[in-house]
Amino acid sequence: MQLEQGVGGPQTLYDKIWNSHRVMSRDDGQDLLFIDRHFIHDVTAQSFDLLRERGLKPRSPERIFGTADHYVSSAANDMSAVTDPERRAMIVALQRDAAASNITLFDMDDSRRGIVHVVGPEQGLSLPGMTVVCADSHTSTHGAMGALAFGIGATEVAHVLATQCLWQRKSSNMRVTFDGTPGPGVTAKDLILAVIARIGVAGAVGHVIEYRGSAIAGLSVEARLTLCNMSIEAGGRAGMIAPDDTTFAYLAGRPFAPKGEEWDRAMAHWRTLFTDPDATFDREVHIDVAGIAPMVTWGTTPEYACAIDRRVPDPALQADPDLRAAMSTALDYMGLAPNEALEGVAIDRVFIGSCTNGRIEDMRSAAEVARGRHVASGVEAWVVPGSHEVRAQAEAEGLDRVFKEAGFQWRFPGCSMCLATNGDIAAPGQRCASTSNRNFVGRQGPGVRTHLMSPAMAAAAAVTGCLTDVRRLLGA
Amino acid sequence: MESLTHLDAVAAPIVVINCDTDQILPARFLQKPRSDDFGQFLFRALRFGPDGTEKPEFVLNQASFRESRIVVANHNFGCGSSREHAVWALYDYGIRAVIAPSFGDIFFINCLKNGLLPIVLPETVVLPLLEYLTTKAGSRISIDVPAQSVTLPDGASHAFEMEPFAKQCLLRGMDEIDYTLSHRDRIDAFERNRADAY
Repeated sequence: MQLEQGVGGPQTLYDKIWNSHRVMSRDDGQDLLFIDRHFIHDVTAQSFDLLRERGLKPRSPERIFGTADHYVSSAANDMSAVTDPERRAMIVALQRDAAASNITLFDMDDSRRGIVHVVGPEQGLSLPGMTVVCADSHTSTHGAMGALAFGIGATEVAHVLATQCLWQRKSSNMRVTFDGTPGPGVTAKDLILAVIARIGVAGAVGHVIEYRGSAIAGLSVEARLTLCNMSIEAGGRAGMIAPDDTTFAYLAGRPFAPKGEEWDRAMAHWRTLFTDPDATFDREVHIDVAGIAPMVTWGTTPEYACAIDRRVPDPALQADPDLRAAMSTALDYMGLAPNEALEGVAIDRVFIGSCTNGRIEDMRSAAEVARGRHVASGVEAWVVPGSHEVRAQAEAEGLDRVFKEAGFQWRFPGCSMCLATNGDIAAPGQRCASTSNRNFVGRQGPGVRTHLMSPAMAAAAAVTGCLTDVRRLLGA
Repeated sequence: MESLTHLDAVAAPIVVINCDTDQILPARFLQKPRSDDFGQFLFRALRFGPDGTEKPEFVLNQASFRESRIVVANHNFGCGSSREHAVWALYDYGIRAVIAPSFGDIFFINCLKNGLLPIVLPETVVLPLLEYLTTKAGSRISIDVPAQSVTLPDGASHAFEMEPFAKQCLLRGMDEIDYTLSHRDRIDAFERNRADAY
């Protein structure tokens, strides 16, 4: 616990945001935090039901923004393409609940619609110093803007709707320092997979992670969003990066970002949002980025990841019996043998998209690999932009043509195959090269084998038909 | 929220480490209304084959575990998604307490909001307990919430930590919204006085 550090002395970025949002404290040590921004999507119906049951209405609709992402079709941007009545009902409920409370909704016909964690930063809704919540664990994404952002459950959503606040016990502070220069073909996705492989999927449980270091300073905001997105995959409550000139340049001119005098005032505050030099962390991890190769997962948790040029680990070398059993079960599910080379494992499906890797830089990175090549025979490859704005920008740059000429399907924004709630699943036994965030058993459909990787790596898998070291295709 | 004071029930071991929310409640059931019995979706892929028939090897399908109201699990139980549906699935099935050496943060919080008691006990207690429950099927565990104490099948009692407020909520079967709304004035004042208003 960092409660002492928060008072008077040096503070971390997390301490600062926490302290400036504390409404009151409870005897048991929990603080009531004021929530600046609440994102809702089409899995929020049950929370509004909870509110209605009590005869309550959202306290601060102006702080809430909604978008449909989980249940929308990726085949067409149209409600008529959402044929399953239960899925349709989830979107309709969002539309009804937003309208009833004057909540701004990026609805089906809105050019700003997309995956909630792509749209928030894109629209300038997620700002440095904010507290941001959403009923989705990947809300950690918004921490890349210098916000404290975390996922909450349905009951907590109802609580935020009713009170615009949330009781929380402060997490511990953890810092991951990335130094060095990434090699060719190494992206933010590879950095975060390397962190999770190092510390494990429970490595940051009970912690909020701050990422810093020369390699972070060199990352674009979009890359930082990818990094913070998967903080939850290390068990972290949130991930965050202190805002800097890169952040401010990204935000300037965004539709909902402050303007004019408000911008100047905001900047004065944002400049104070950094970890004080003497502040201490409960846990520190240092990573030399130069040592990271393009990563791929081989198992059924994001921790089961390694460099593409490595072999499948051998459970027999794992001393702990529970971990050994878990590895063996994972390899059985994945249809992989110990010591098998990862490069060359044949794939059936490719999914490029999600709140992790559905942004314009991801599209560009995948298109660079796809350009002038063709999806391998027998492989079905999808590109699902994270938002309409990403889709439009990609089309303006001609990336859609690159993908289509290479044999990729160019689809409509939403969560799609990341968690397959909209019905975008692969067939049992199929192997999918995916830029999403979770390779859990059954995540992309029952029996589907998911390999997580960067957009460039996924594009490389698409055009070769197997897990491939993208550096070969980049001429590196 | 239903109150919970004492529980003496069969405990089912879920041995797998990092049992994620997708295993507890697959995402395809997120679209179901809360009025549905989410218990039927619990551990769906582990419990049932693709054709809906029970997998006899899965713990909850074995006769001695069918009446389980306690789950004993391995490290990082409930990691992954924020979906509260994972808690609803356990709860609707009849589970009122989960004992594990560690939990996913969001899952842990979601449990407490729904009258499902998450209990952290040391790995040195839980790992042998998992083995015991596997070999001595149908063993019972007793939980005393006011005393914050768990009594295992071997008769050994272990204290567990619980936040006082969460404890009161569970004992009384109440939730936080009314409590927080009683502090509405302070929230309003905070919002008015904020220096770094957005």
